Amino acid sequence: MNLGLFLFVSHCLNNLQNIGMFETNLTYQSADTKNNTGSQSMDTNNIGSQSAGIKNDAGRYYPQLRLIKDHLARYGVMIGGLGVIVAIVLIFFFLLYSVFPLFVPATAESVAHYDAPEKKLGSTVLLAMEEQNEMAARFTDSGQVVFFEAATGRTVDVKTVLIPAGAHISSFAQGSPAEGVVIYGLSDGRAIVVKSQYQASYTNDKRVITPSLTYPLGEAPLVVDDTGAALEKIAVKTDGTNTIVAKTADKVRLVSFEKKESLFDEEAGLERTDAVLDMPAFNLTDIIIDKEQRNLYLVSSDGRLSFFDISNKSAPVIRQHQNVVAAGEKITSIAFLNGDLSLLVGDSSGLVSQWSQVRDELNRPALRKIRSFKVSDSPVIDIHAEQRRKGFMTLDADGVVGIYHSTAERELIKEPVGEPGSVAATLSPKANAFLVQSGDNTLHFWRVENEHPEVSMKVLWQEVWYESYPKPSYIWQSSSASNDFEPKYSLVPLVFGTLKAAFYSMLFAVPLSLMGAIYTAYFMAPGMRRYVKPSIEMMGALPTVILGFLAGLWLAPFIETHLAGLFSLFMIVPLAVMLFAFLWQNLPEDVRHKVPEGWDAALLIPIILLSAWFAFAVSVPLESALFNGSLRDWFKAELGIGYDQRNALVVGVAMGFAVIPTIYSIAEDAIFSVPKHLTVGSLALGATPWQTMTKVVLLTASPGIFSAIMIGLGRAVGETMIVLMATGNTPVMDLSVFQGMRTLSANIAVEMPEAEVESTHYRVLFLAALVLFLFTFIVNTLAEVIRQRLREKYSSL
Amino acid sequence: MIKQWFKSGSPWVWLNAAAVSICLIFVVGLLALVTLKGAGHFWPSDVAEIVYQEEGGQPETVVGEIANTSITGAAMAKAAGYEMADNEDTLVQYLIKIGNRDVLGADFRWIQERNIQSQQFPVDIMVLERREWGNFYGYLVAVKESGNTIAVGEQALPAALERIDAASAIFDEITRIEKKEIGAVNYGLERLRLKQKRLQLDGQWNQEAEQQIAAEKAEYDADYKRYQDQLAELYRQIRRDSLVAKIASGNELEIPLAKIVRLYQPNAMSIGDKIVHYGRKLIEFLTDSPREANTEGGIFPAIFGTIMMVIIMSIIVTPFGVIAAVYLREYAKQGFTTRLIRIAVNNLAGVPSVVYGVFGLGFFVYILGGNIDRLFYPEAAPAPVFGTPGLLWASITLALLTLPVVIVSTEEGLARIPKSIREGSLALGATKVETLWRTVLPMASPAMMTGLILAVARAAGEVAPLMLVGVVKLAPSLPLDGNFPFLHLDRKFMHLGFHIYDVGFQSPNVEAARPLVYATSLLLVIVIVGLNLAAVRIRNHLREKYRALEG
Repeated sequence: MNLGLFLFVSHCLNNLQNIGMFETNLTYQSADTKNNTGSQSMDTNNIGSQSAGIKNDAGRYYPQLRLIKDHLARYGVMIGGLGVIVAIVLIFFFLLYSVFPLFVPATAESVAHYDAPEKKLGSTVLLAMEEQNEMAARFTDSGQVVFFEAATGRTVDVKTVLIPAGAHISSFAQGSPAEGVVIYGLSDGRAIVVKSQYQASYTNDKRVITPSLTYPLGEAPLVVDDTGAALEKIAVKTDGTNTIVAKTADKVRLVSFEKKESLFDEEAGLERTDAVLDMPAFNLTDIIIDKEQRNLYLVSSDGRLSFFDISNKSAPVIRQHQNVVAAGEKITSIAFLNGDLSLLVGDSSGLVSQWSQVRDELNRPALRKIRSFKVSDSPVIDIHAEQRRKGFMTLDADGVVGIYHSTAERELIKEPVGEPGSVAATLSPKANAFLVQSGDNTLHFWRVENEHPEVSMKVLWQEVWYESYPKPSYIWQSSSASNDFEPKYSLVPLVFGTLKAAFYSMLFAVPLSLMGAIYTAYFMAPGMRRYVKPSIEMMGALPTVILGFLAGLWLAPFIETHLAGLFSLFMIVPLAVMLFAFLWQNLPEDVRHKVPEGWDAALLIPIILLSAWFAFAVSVPLESALFNGSLRDWFKAELGIGYDQRNALVVGVAMGFAVIPTIYSIAEDAIFSVPKHLTVGSLALGATPWQTMTKVVLLTASPGIFSAIMIGLGRAVGETMIVLMATGNTPVMDLSVFQGMRTLSANIAVEMPEAEVESTHYRVLFLAALVLFLFTFIVNTLAEVIRQRLREKYSSL
Repeated sequence: MIKQWFKSGSPWVWLNAAAVSICLIFVVGLLALVTLKGAGHFWPSDVAEIVYQEEGGQPETVVGEIANTSITGAAMAKAAGYEMADNEDTLVQYLIKIGNRDVLGADFRWIQERNIQSQQFPVDIMVLERREWGNFYGYLVAVKESGNTIAVGEQALPAALERIDAASAIFDEITRIEKKEIGAVNYGLERLRLKQKRLQLDGQWNQEAEQQIAAEKAEYDADYKRYQDQLAELYRQIRRDSLVAKIASGNELEIPLAKIVRLYQPNAMSIGDKIVHYGRKLIEFLTDSPREANTEGGIFPAIFGTIMMVIIMSIIVTPFGVIAAVYLREYAKQGFTTRLIRIAVNNLAGVPSVVYGVFGLGFFVYILGGNIDRLFYPEAAPAPVFGTPGLLWASITLALLTLPVVIVSTEEGLARIPKSIREGSLALGATKVETLWRTVLPMASPAMMTGLILAVARAAGEVAPLMLVGVVKLAPSLPLDGNFPFLHLDRKFMHLGFHIYDVGFQSPNVEAARPLVYATSLLLVIVIVGLNLAAVRIRNHLREKYRALEG
């Protein structure tokens, strides 16, 4: 049973025992032999007594019972054994099971459709739904609000907005959907702001939702246009400051009410600011204000978007005019994506494009088209953004509802819901239901199953253009303190970090361990090998948390101050070794022969230590002379390479340290077990030992060496604690050896405890684990198959 | 000649030899580094009194231990912003552990050698290890009882030592009452609350149950009252005494003895005293709870947690590992399937440990634990019992992680048992299971032992998966205590490896905690190297035995 690739055991079992054997042989030889004979005789005794026992017992035992026992044990062991193996396979399937929902397409199903309640109260201007999807509201053009049960259409309550006598409603708009604020513009230049609220109360453990209307800016209508012109278009945002923008026949007016905190007055008063926008009003079709009330967008009928900076409410500044639709098309709907950082513009050709403010080279904000969605062939008449994610719902003129996710660029749902000529739609606050009013005044209530719209292959593995970023990029940023924050789940920086860490550690480990393996297996005296191999393999058993701790708290500061020393070390030590070897070669034979063949490595230890000391000592004056005292500062000043204390160099050394025993042990086994007749033949034909090594031994053992490197790579990729402790864990994509990284494994260790169960973040972390699992599995299987081939080759030789 | 020498290939052989030497230097160097830094932590080093004058500043006295020395070349020091005179080659700086964090704000201070006016080691410098604010360095002035000075000068030291011992005894008693007795009361009250809720959920909440629970509760309340009274008295006693000490700046401070763990005068200690002190500190390190956010005191809960986890893991992993190995080696038909299974098992050993952690969290904690809570602990909702990381899940996760170790090792052991033994047993009429149970398995037991030891060594050093499934930086109570059911598998626990990570990297005072981390690392290295060597020994013994059998 030498299939065992399993390193940990093979190190310790196959090889470490040599230490013990050696010691036993040396010190307790006589005792040992005694022990052996002792144990041997004991065993024979055992067997003897056992067989005697069986013979004696045979009379008493029912043979039947023994057979039954035998069968039971057989099945027990089989079940147990297979169970263990099933448990192991379970890991893979569980990871898959946890990741799977990320890629399940969203579904929507129709729950109910019914006639619009209280039809006689006017036609619908807005539909709205509350948090629990139990109640919905229909705002009519006559200033009535009909609250009804979303699932049945039964009217619960009808509220009437207080419209002053003599005026009628000339315009209507919704403020921020999350706050439930709407505004009515009146024909006499005044406006009323109304807020709808839902109060949940529990009676007998049953939730009862009571709707109500309030007037956050007072019941009396606000005068927007003091000349009394009718407000034809209107927009509002409320939140501390309240801004109303309204269009009359010839002007665009901006009115804002700011809460004035008074030191003496308990009552906070509202301070009013008025402004008129420098903009012709005649072809204005829509007005939209962001929730910070800093940016105002006006939509013209010719497809032009005008972008105003209204940070200063008394002096709005035009920033940009931008055509946002193709020539000849019209803007048919517009809405902010959640967070109000980008606009969704729907046009008459059925295209929805996302426009966001991007800072240009001069750091000025300008609208740029980030992406667009071909939603339909008919005009997009309504767009509703999700309130918690960057998704949105569209309704086209044919009554087809689409649900999309902007950054993931996914079309999640496309369902023909209403008849052509649909008038209104709304998406519930949790985005798990929607309501559409079709042309025949029927309301359609649908439920949506859409758990993870924000993940797609593109988001995970390709560059994504996030809002307010200057260009598409790979970003991992899973959480933030802000509410509107959009998590960014690109696995690319993490995979990059993983491979970078693995690359640098392999760069350090592979030469050392392979050269060490070559020497140990082929040139080293057997007496020395018995000590050396287990000692190096003992490194593999050291907990990586200790290596990580030393790397982070000892090695990192050390390298930071001795960077030049480290570089001179790389040059001086090999030179010193060569020099010593050359001098040794030329020593008189009787001196040389004092050291037995194959013990050269022992001679080198003091040489290496001395030359290392020399390298560090000489580096200080060198650094002063060549690099003005600090190599780190020189790198920064001359080459623009920044230095991070916990960087890839530190990780390379520390993780290389952890990988060396793995590669060394397997490669040494492969080289050592090259059949002797091959090497002897080569030597007999006159090749030097080194020629034999490179031309015969290495070639024969190369598959074994390859699999050693593979297994080492697998270990480096999955290592967690060292990278966690020895890097800054910033997910940057920088190849520089002086910069840190964030690896998949460290990322899991850091974020997994905080991830909400079954959230997208949680599942993406499972995906990261699955990627790690698959990577190491493939690498290890490859290595194992190659090793088995090699073994067969050896046995045939 | 050199060309010929290169052609012979001998320089490359030497370079290969150098690689081996470098690896060896790494191993020995690493072990030496950990040993040196870890073992030195408990040695009472001398405390220096340094008169220090910064350029253009007033002379001041700095009292403390020299913790580190840094020597910087003149050019590098200049680049770092230090002013260097032309005749200075190096800038020598000392890191002084000045303690007295409550007065000075920081434990450590860098000083430059060139600004040191004088340095001496007065014998009467006193070090106080305190329960808060780290070490104190200063001079003993007087001892006070209830605010009245009772000893000054020469008499102060013996009086202080005697009273500190007394205070420590009281402190231990207070801790015992708070942790054990009041802990038990709280535990009992919590159980009553859950019982009441359970009865209510089951609809069995009636007069009788209410009375019974009220009676039990009254009993606990009475106990609680009694312990509170005891505590009040103990607190009164422990707060009575204090000592007055002078610090380097000349200010005098009054420190209550209740806050002092240990008083010693390192400069006055002989080597023998220091060895005794070292021993005491070592025992404290191994048997005490941590203080001051884990940066001082002992690591007993971490040792205990590690051992508990490893034991439970062993109980789980051994039978399953052995059964799987027996199946693979003794029952399954050798062929493609077994080969596939072996590849899978070997592969699993290469799967990153953090992936096991993810699996443990997702499957054991959230799915299994969540369902256990729903079925058996509805009364605890919404607080999870098993639906949160804890000892049980950590042990099971690590059992899964180390399963391949046990399987491979046991299989190797089974493979080494000569066929003749099995055949002999079968020929004598034993059934297969009897052969296995009485002959093969006993002979393979050292191999199982080896596998188990290696599994334990791996589990003891593993951290990444544990971070996800149950390890915490500070567990309020041990998973094993005197409250029924004694073993609390649902509790979170502390672990040596995680302790190293946490104290070394998450601690607010890394510099002060560093020696403790080195000491913990040393302990972990000793345990793991020891376990591995033990595995090797057993393995050797086994091999010898088989060789004898085969011969």
